[in-house]
Amino acid sequence: MNVPTEHFLLLAAVLFCTGVLGFLVRRNVIVVLASVELILNAANLTFLAASRHHTALGEANLHGPIFALFVILVAAAEAAVGLALVIALYRLKQSVRLDAASELKG
Amino acid sequence: MGLVALTFLPLAAAVVIALLPGRNAALLRAVAFFATTLVAGMGAGLFVDFEGGVPGLQSVYESAWFTLPGADVPVHFRLGVDGISILMVVLTAILMPLVVLSSYGHVKERVKEFLFWLLVMETGMLGVFLALDLVLFYFFWEVSLVPLYFLVGIWGSDRRLYATVKFFLYTVAGSLVMLVGVIELIYSQGTSDVGALLANTSELPAWIFASFALAFAIKVPVIPFHTWLADAHTEAPTSGSVLLAGVLLKMGTYGLLRFGIQMFPHAAVDAAPLFLALGAIGIVYGALLAMAQTDLKRLIACSSVSHLGFVVLGMFALTQAGLRGGVLQMVNHGISTGLLFLLVGMVYERTHTRELDRFGGLAATMPLFALFFVITVLSSVGLPGLNGFVGEYMILLGTFEASPLWSVVGVTGVIFGAIYLLRATRKVLFGPVVHESNRRLADLNGREIALMAPLVLLAVWIGVRPNTFIGKTAGTLDALQRRIEDVRGAGDSAAAPSPIVEEEQG
Amino acid sequence: MTATWNALWLVPLLPLLGSAVCGVIHFLCLKQRRADPNATGPIGAASAVACASVLASFVIAVVAFFKLLNADGFTALTSSAWHWIDAGSVSIDVAMVADRLSSVMLLVVTGVGFLIHVYSIGYMKGDPGFAKFFAYLNLFVFAMLILVLSSNLIGLFVGWEGVGLCSYLLIGFWYEKGWPAAAGQKAFVVNRIGDACFLVGSFLLVSVFGTLDLSDVAASVPAQLDAHAGRLALAALLLFGGACGKSAQFPLLTWLPDAMAGPTPVSALIHAATMVTAGVYLVVRLNPLFAAAPEVLTVIGTVGALTALIGASTALLQRDIKKVLAYSTVSQLGYMFLGLGSGAWAAAIFHLVTHAFFKGLLFLGAGSVIHGMHEEQDMARMGGLWSYMPRTFLTFLCGAAALSGLPLLSGFFSKDEILAHTFASGGFHYALWFVGVATAAMTAFYTWRMVSLTFFGEARFDAAHVKPHESPAVMTAPLMILAFLSVVGGVLGLPHVFHVTHLLKTWLEPVTAGGDALLTAHTLSVGSEWVLLGLGSVLALAFAHYGFHLYKRGPETDDEIYGSRPEVVGFLSSAWSLDRIYDKLVVKPLKLGAFLIAVVVDQFAIDGLVNGAGALAANVARRLRVLVDGSVKSYALWMGAGAAALAIVWIFGGSA
Repeated sequence: MNVPTEHFLLLAAVLFCTGVLGFLVRRNVIVVLASVELILNAANLTFLAASRHHTALGEANLHGPIFALFVILVAAAEAAVGLALVIALYRLKQSVRLDAASELKG
Repeated sequence: MGLVALTFLPLAAAVVIALLPGRNAALLRAVAFFATTLVAGMGAGLFVDFEGGVPGLQSVYESAWFTLPGADVPVHFRLGVDGISILMVVLTAILMPLVVLSSYGHVKERVKEFLFWLLVMETGMLGVFLALDLVLFYFFWEVSLVPLYFLVGIWGSDRRLYATVKFFLYTVAGSLVMLVGVIELIYSQGTSDVGALLANTSELPAWIFASFALAFAIKVPVIPFHTWLADAHTEAPTSGSVLLAGVLLKMGTYGLLRFGIQMFPHAAVDAAPLFLALGAIGIVYGALLAMAQTDLKRLIACSSVSHLGFVVLGMFALTQAGLRGGVLQMVNHGISTGLLFLLVGMVYERTHTRELDRFGGLAATMPLFALFFVITVLSSVGLPGLNGFVGEYMILLGTFEASPLWSVVGVTGVIFGAIYLLRATRKVLFGPVVHESNRRLADLNGREIALMAPLVLLAVWIGVRPNTFIGKTAGTLDALQRRIEDVRGAGDSAAAPSPIVEEEQG
Repeated sequence: MTATWNALWLVPLLPLLGSAVCGVIHFLCLKQRRADPNATGPIGAASAVACASVLASFVIAVVAFFKLLNADGFTALTSSAWHWIDAGSVSIDVAMVADRLSSVMLLVVTGVGFLIHVYSIGYMKGDPGFAKFFAYLNLFVFAMLILVLSSNLIGLFVGWEGVGLCSYLLIGFWYEKGWPAAAGQKAFVVNRIGDACFLVGSFLLVSVFGTLDLSDVAASVPAQLDAHAGRLALAALLLFGGACGKSAQFPLLTWLPDAMAGPTPVSALIHAATMVTAGVYLVVRLNPLFAAAPEVLTVIGTVGALTALIGASTALLQRDIKKVLAYSTVSQLGYMFLGLGSGAWAAAIFHLVTHAFFKGLLFLGAGSVIHGMHEEQDMARMGGLWSYMPRTFLTFLCGAAALSGLPLLSGFFSKDEILAHTFASGGFHYALWFVGVATAAMTAFYTWRMVSLTFFGEARFDAAHVKPHESPAVMTAPLMILAFLSVVGGVLGLPHVFHVTHLLKTWLEPVTAGGDALLTAHTLSVGSEWVLLGLGSVLALAFAHYGFHLYKRGPETDDEIYGSRPEVVGFLSSAWSLDRIYDKLVVKPLKLGAFLIAVVVDQFAIDGLVNGAGALAANVARRLRVLVDGSVKSYALWMGAGAAALAIVWIFGGSA
């Protein structure tokens, strides 16, 4: 079965938009973080699709997968730091709502 | 290699201090004092070994650093001294241990941080004077700015925040303009090597000179860029004021000489009338400012404007005597104004005031203080036999050869200097003791005498045997002066004069 | 013609050493006094060291004098140490030279200086700053000797400023009172005005000669005269400006009367005998330079005459005995410059020497009176003192007689020589001569007014509280020596109608030859010289008599003479209102200028601009900060919008 590249890109776009929407709309920090993960994975999917698209059968082109691996790594680190921040925020504000933290308001 | 050790030893000591526990102030102070004294010793050794008669750079250290993208310009980590920077290095190295010693009296809180910033600053200042690569120079230039921000901002007096921000913005504004010049110079000349740029005989664009000159003029400060100085000086803790007057302002005059006159002789010759005017007017302007002050520390800060006017005047006279006097006067100002700030700090620690009217009759209660105060004032007003006179005389003589008018204007500074400094002396030391609390003041203690004695000795030494210092700088300055003569002689026809700055490796 | 003699260094260095020792002793005394308020400390050692060092200098100066006496006239003893200022265009050495002129000055400075040191032991007894006083006094002698001995103009300037410093310190010696410190400050600042002129003059000399060596400059004036006449004249004028400051000549004379705030021995040593004559020394030292500029000489003569007149007319009305002497000093210094104005170099030095004797004596005598009267200086509260302090009285009479130019005393000959020279020069100098003669008459008048008010008439002091007494021998011995010198000092320069050698003139011939060669020699006929001598004697005697007898009645005589014209009294007694004029013309405008600069220009204009720029930035920022609402989502929205905008520009703009 040969899935066309467009399908992958479409799926990635849907994932990305879901992520952005979630990021903008939801107030729970954890959901926001999850949305960020969605966005990142949308990017990953795009990378892999592009990689497959540009690679002839039997050729070894790992540019796309390696990028994806990097992003996964960064995402993991980001999740760790992000969740730590969420915990810190909860300790400080007794809440995980994003608009609880507005100290940087000008 | 010696220069690298000299430059980074303070930084190493700063790291050590950062690692030590903050509770033990005595240990921290001992480390800082030991490190700065060591640097002072190394500086003195460098001074003794320096060959004064010959122009050019000595004890150059070089190692590859990185390559600037776009133009493939290699940036080197290059340090070296010549006849101009050697005096500045010695001045910095000698002042530092005294500054550390003086901080014992007025810095009781956050000692660790204070000493840390002090030592970082020393590395920055030494780096500015020693750097022989434009990128490196700019790096050190900015590095030396940061510690002072904290020194004034944390340990300063009431209006310290206003003063800090003002001082920082002024300097950064100048630095950014200079950065544009630095980038343009490097990319247009294809090198960031200061030695090579100095040896360059073609005429460089005047606007690059202007961008450098603006940054230095703010730092000196040349009027009308001087208003940050009085605020910064007044609000800074004693150690900060001493460093500010003693070394940081010299970065401006040093820059004007090295990256103004020496690197852009054509533009400097053209700009000389402007700077002569600014210098001479600065002398009178600063003096008048000082006359109107009621705060002793502010008065001395304003006197700095006047005294640095002398330095600018002498340098831009572009004559042998003027250049020598200008460079020597940088050292002299560091000594005498440094001493004045130390003295103000000492009396402030005792009386908690700097208002002239709150003193009076201190000569009776603090005779040793009075002795030092009078000697310092005399050095500052240029009494022959002390350091100030030698520099001022050469400056005014050199200026007279270039422009009698501005020399005569500068000479009036000799009168004004006597007016405001003797007025301050009278108000502080003489007359009856008006305020009862001033009757029980303790005279100077051993530490305070010990930290001023070297400077007083130096003041007398320069007053009597100035050739110890002039001799070290004469070779470089005479070569510079010949170069200027060539430029002047060639006029606009741009005949190529012989390069005068030879590089000496090793 | 120069002989190296390194012992010359000892002359200034011994007093310097003495000064350092006295300084240390002073701090020892302070330390002891902190422990025990009644302790005096080793002050005897201080005075001993101070006097011994000056005496030793005097002895060496005498040796130098005899060495010069046995050599030919152009020989000078020299000794150089090191290059001092190497300015490129000129190199200045630390070097000493003693020629015939310096040796005269050396003897006066160390000789009179020693006597005043000895006197001070008595005068300053019991003062808490005893050792400090001697430290300053020795430092002064050091600086004065540097001034006299330096081989170049800047070395001379070191001494010049050094004596100014000591003058500042000694005028303000009793600084606790406040006004002495202010007087010292005034002296220093006014001197600085002269010094600024001096410096510019030295620059001009460098530009012409390329050297500041005094003998080289003096010798090369004729060679440069054609090419640089204007510059040389300007240099001479500016150097004279310097001399005006130091020697209290018009218009810079106002500091000297205020300088009387210092202890009286200081007034005698610094403000009568030595420092204030430095300007005269400078002019004589560079006499070819001044002789080459006749217009400048005329200026000098005019300033001298004017100063002599101002000084003498002001002295007529002073009540304070020291103020009389101070204005008298101003006036006598004017005489010296009057002499210099007609090229009478030797006569000026002659008057300098005799003035050092008799004015030093008068100041010390006045000090003895003040001491004996418990610090009373007002002559209105003296009178009839001759019987209480006979030695002071007799010596004071000698000084007064010499000052007023009574025949055959030292002042008579020196003053007469100056007036004769002025008269001989003719032309405009006749007018100057007339002023000089009028001043001589006033001098005799105010001098004997002072003698009369102080020592004669009825006692006007409060006998219940004030018990006048004679001063101790340590004070009266110097008085007697100086009295002797004041009486016989004239033998140094007897007029040639007496058919004897003018010792001082002959002695200084080698030094003044250069200047004399550039001037036209004027000689007086024997007859006119006798007439002038006679006129001088008659005037002096008449006005001395007049002043003496009028004031026997007491100070009320002032009112009888000037009573109907208070504005004249005010004008004269305040030195022609110079202080008030300067206050209006210089001091107030300067203060106003400083205020304007500091407040209007600096704080309002420049800092206003700077702070305005800051305020502008802050204002703009305040408007922009609504965008920063603290919500992460709105940031993200802005970011997304920005990214989208960029993408649109990139996609559509790129294709265009």
